Amino acid sequence: MINITNLTRYFGTLAAVNAVSFSVGKGEVFGLLGPNGAGKTTTIRMLTTLLKPSEGTALVAGYDVTTDPLEVRRAIGVVPQMLNLDIDLTCAENLEYHGRLHKMEPGDREARIEELLRFVGLWDKKDTPVEHLSGGMRRRLLIARGLMHRPQVVFMDEPTVGLDPQARRLIWGFLESLKRKGITILLTTHYIEEADALCDRVAILQTGRIIALDSPTVLKAGVGKYSIECLGRHDIPRKFFPTREEAIDASREVCEDIVVRESTLEDVFINLTGERIDT
Amino acid sequence: MNFYPIIWKELKLIRKKPWRFLASSLVMPLLYLVTFGWGLGRGMNVGGGTYLEFVLPGILALSAMNNSFGPVSTSLNISKLYTKTIEEVLVSPVSPWDIALGRTLSGLGRGLFSALMLVLVALATGVHLHYSVLFFVVLALTSFCFGAMGVAAAMLAHSHEDMANFNSFFIIPMSFLAGTFFSPDRLPQPFQSMIMVYPLTHASIVLRSLAAGNGPAMGSVLILAAYAAMFFYLAGRLVKKTA
Repeated sequence: MINITNLTRYFGTLAAVNAVSFSVGKGEVFGLLGPNGAGKTTTIRMLTTLLKPSEGTALVAGYDVTTDPLEVRRAIGVVPQMLNLDIDLTCAENLEYHGRLHKMEPGDREARIEELLRFVGLWDKKDTPVEHLSGGMRRRLLIARGLMHRPQVVFMDEPTVGLDPQARRLIWGFLESLKRKGITILLTTHYIEEADALCDRVAILQTGRIIALDSPTVLKAGVGKYSIECLGRHDIPRKFFPTREEAIDASREVCEDIVVRESTLEDVFINLTGERIDT
Repeated sequence: MNFYPIIWKELKLIRKKPWRFLASSLVMPLLYLVTFGWGLGRGMNVGGGTYLEFVLPGILALSAMNNSFGPVSTSLNISKLYTKTIEEVLVSPVSPWDIALGRTLSGLGRGLFSALMLVLVALATGVHLHYSVLFFVVLALTSFCFGAMGVAAAMLAHSHEDMANFNSFFIIPMSFLAGTFFSPDRLPQPFQSMIMVYPLTHASIVLRSLAAGNGPAMGSVLILAAYAAMFFYLAGRLVKKTA
């Protein structure tokens, strides 16, 4: 559904995205993981036709984002990082507007509005102006809006940014059910657990380049399944081991207060770059 | 063609706050009418008629301009720079030309509505002009012209300050100099030529001529139409560049 080759975007002389290539298959949930400024949002803006690539090609649902932007826009749904809903309109009106932009038939539009507002748990708020909704509710409405016209591919830019853990779990639930429905999703996130829990494959970005790309399981296995950390000590490098027993044995030689845990994608990132993902 | 959703949303928003819409459409032209027409102009005669009869077509043109340019440019500028609501439209299959047309037509509707309300106020207070279909067509053309200019200006502006500067250096001088409150031929020649560059000058000339029961001053109609076409082309191109 998505094929990009050597996608590059310069801002002045700075390459915000630098020769990025990957493919996303139908029904796959693909994550772009990286710290702020890694190029995730720039990549998604190019794929959603909001930004023209400087170099390289990008095909979405078989259409070129540069030469066929209107066809790309018909095929995609976008859940942006910013809550760009019309706050004076109600939940249902926001979805109706979106349906009209996509030329949906009135009957289909009405049915889809009800279906989606029920899906995201906002049916009882259908006539409530968006300005009266909480941040979490607005985020859920934004997801409903991105799905309104039954897109083949959905782009989600930091879909849970700024939400409390409970609201984040709720959004994860929606994304998991979309995944079960076979919808192709490309999401960006800087939350490790999010990428780990939701994505079939993850591309880790740093300063505009992909530094690793595979399933979370394979990426984590690459560094060692278990990790030990010294509590309160950040000067001791993390160590990784294939089994829990080996990790425990090794920890005795490092320090007294240790934690043995399963490796995460953050460990992968640290192993590759020497930095934490949130720095 | 799929520009209607943009107008649909405008109508929805207007219907939610109709009194605010009505008040914002009427407050400035009424102030001009009271200040220059009934206040300063009382007892003055221009070209054989009262000053109020002279100034009203200019205030109608001004009202059409302010109510098409202002709301279109402000809302588009905010949606581009602050709320980012324009991105929902930019990632939809609505073409850039439809986006420009939808926004421009919403400006046309607002400008024409405010002028019509002012005509009703003028009629109610006993100011009678020669109103013809062509008079309202020219008001619509004026509103379209400045609605399109509003789209182009908003797409060009990189900040709210840019927009404010455009108002300060172009719209406000045009409001006062473009023959709204006085006849351009009262100015010295170099200034006359200068203000003939403003599209609002030509809107005022045509409306004043029609309101006096004369022909439509075809030269000015053509110039106004050319400005409308140019601004709309510019608006479409600039939206396309963003999309």
